Amino acid sequence: MTLEEKQKEIVEDFAIYDDWMEKYEYIIELGRDLPIIEEDKKTKDRIIEGCQSQVWLDSSFADGKMHFKADSDAIITKGIIGLLIRVLDDEKPEDIAKCDLHFIQEIGLHEHLSPTRSNGLASMVKKMKMSALQALTTNDSEQKA
Amino acid sequence: MDSTIKRKFSVREIREDFPALRQTIYGKNLIYFDNGATSQKPQYVLDAINQYYSKDNANIHRGVHHLSQKATSEYEASRKFIAAYLNAKSSDEIIFTKGTTDGINLVASSYGHLLNAGDEILISAMEHHSNIVPWQMLCERKGCVLKVIPINKKGEIIQDEYEKLLSSKTKLVAVTHISNSLGTINPIKEMIQKAHAVGAKVLIDGAQSIQHDKIDVKDLDCDFFVFSGHKVFGPTGIGVLYGKETLLDRMPPYQGGGDMILKVTFDKTTYNELPYKFEAGTPHIAGGICLGKALEYLNQFDIESIKKHETELADYAQDLLLTFEDMNIIGESKKKTSVVSFIVDGIHPFDMGTLLDKQGIAVRTGHHCTQPLMDFYKIPGTVRASFAFYNTKEEIDTFIAAVEKSIGMLK
Ligand SMILES: Cc1ncc(COP(=O)(O)O)c(C=O)c1O
Repeated sequence: MTLEEKQKEIVEDFAIYDDWMEKYEYIIELGRDLPIIEEDKKTKDRIIEGCQSQVWLDSSFADGKMHFKADSDAIITKGIIGLLIRVLDDEKPEDIAKCDLHFIQEIGLHEHLSPTRSNGLASMVKKMKMSALQALTTNDSEQKA
Repeated sequence: MDSTIKRKFSVREIREDFPALRQTIYGKNLIYFDNGATSQKPQYVLDAINQYYSKDNANIHRGVHHLSQKATSEYEASRKFIAAYLNAKSSDEIIFTKGTTDGINLVASSYGHLLNAGDEILISAMEHHSNIVPWQMLCERKGCVLKVIPINKKGEIIQDEYEKLLSSKTKLVAVTHISNSLGTINPIKEMIQKAHAVGAKVLIDGAQSIQHDKIDVKDLDCDFFVFSGHKVFGPTGIGVLYGKETLLDRMPPYQGGGDMILKVTFDKTTYNELPYKFEAGTPHIAGGICLGKALEYLNQFDIESIKKHETELADYAQDLLLTFEDMNIIGESKKKTSVVSFIVDGIHPFDMGTLLDKQGIAVRTGHHCTQPLMDFYKIPGTVRASFAFYNTKEEIDTFIAAVEKSIGMLK
């Protein structure tokens, strides 16, 4: 599935909920299902401090694809992280770097990603994109070398 | 508004005065329990804002024309009213600021100018960041020493420790009247007396008290008292610094510019007298006028009826919250205002706040700009419901049902 198709799929998943509380019930469930990040990986360099909740992000690059693991102390934040990872995990860095995460707007959760929301999610997305860019440049230089 | 005969305290009628309370959020009637962050505005204040900008708008203190004089006299009348409301000696002791934060920064800068290396400043462990950081900056600048008065688990300043910290080196004690995170009402009158006994001055952060109680600066004998207009039913961007005249006179100006000068030459500038010495540039004229209107509005009521109603609300909410399992009330002082801060074991305040929001209830979650205090309790933050006199028990019932639903979803 392409990154675009995954976004579309999420939007369709959410279309069945017309009530906010149901939507959040689903997000909370996603949060519970998210594989947790190992405690020893919750280190200072992986932490993204938000004003409201904290996020840990572990990015890696292998076989031309980016891989993300993330966690948060707040379950709703974690659920939204689950959605972001579903879209961005196992994708090529160049696709991640240029992608527009429009699904968040379409399912009505964009407020969580606004930089003023300060739950760490906006910074997390930025960090995901940055690590993708970094992977791109290291990849390039490795190929040249 | 005539304040000699007090208006009957009727919550139903008061609610009619606040248009913002009549709206729906996500299809639910708004329940506004974030009064600690900012209060809603009564029509009386909204009309005054409208009147000012649509009819009376002119710059003050500098025009001979009719409108300028009208605006000036209203602005100054408001200052007089506020002086009387706070029982200040004269309106020269009332400096208009941008708010609490601005007032504290003014004192830290100008009173701070009179301090020397080694002088000590005391704050409490429950201060808002705006009553911490300006003092840290001053200490860095001048080599003063910042000391923190500890609190107990209930969220009360430990008076014995306070007395131990006081010495002839203490030049200033800066404490909050009421904690925004805990609701604790500090015994500031006694604390002021103790500070004066060692020759220290006292600044009271009144951001959370001006809307809940009668403030009498003469009776308190505080040296500085600061508050924000927006938390007391007035506009944002305006606040007051009360300072004793003798002290303000000794302090150098804060910012330079128009209005704060008597005469400017390139060789030497002489400063204006109080209160203008501290008000550089065109002030927030509408704000100044309408802050007076907000206090006028509040002053229609007997403050004791307001206090009684608000205390009932807080007690009612707290008792109902405590029926939930794993519920922790943060801030358990006997002397509390209408703030209920809580955290449920295993539930992050952000999650609770998000779900309450979607049920039409506005509360504040997080550290409430008191990170050191949250560190003291070893929690990431709290959910805080803060009530105003326009809130009702019915709203609390709805809130409790929403909390129950949220716990059910999150546990
Ligand atoms: C106790 C206390 N002090 C200071 C402030 C800062 O007030 P402002 O942001 O209006 O300057 C607040 C506001 O949250 C407060 O509650």
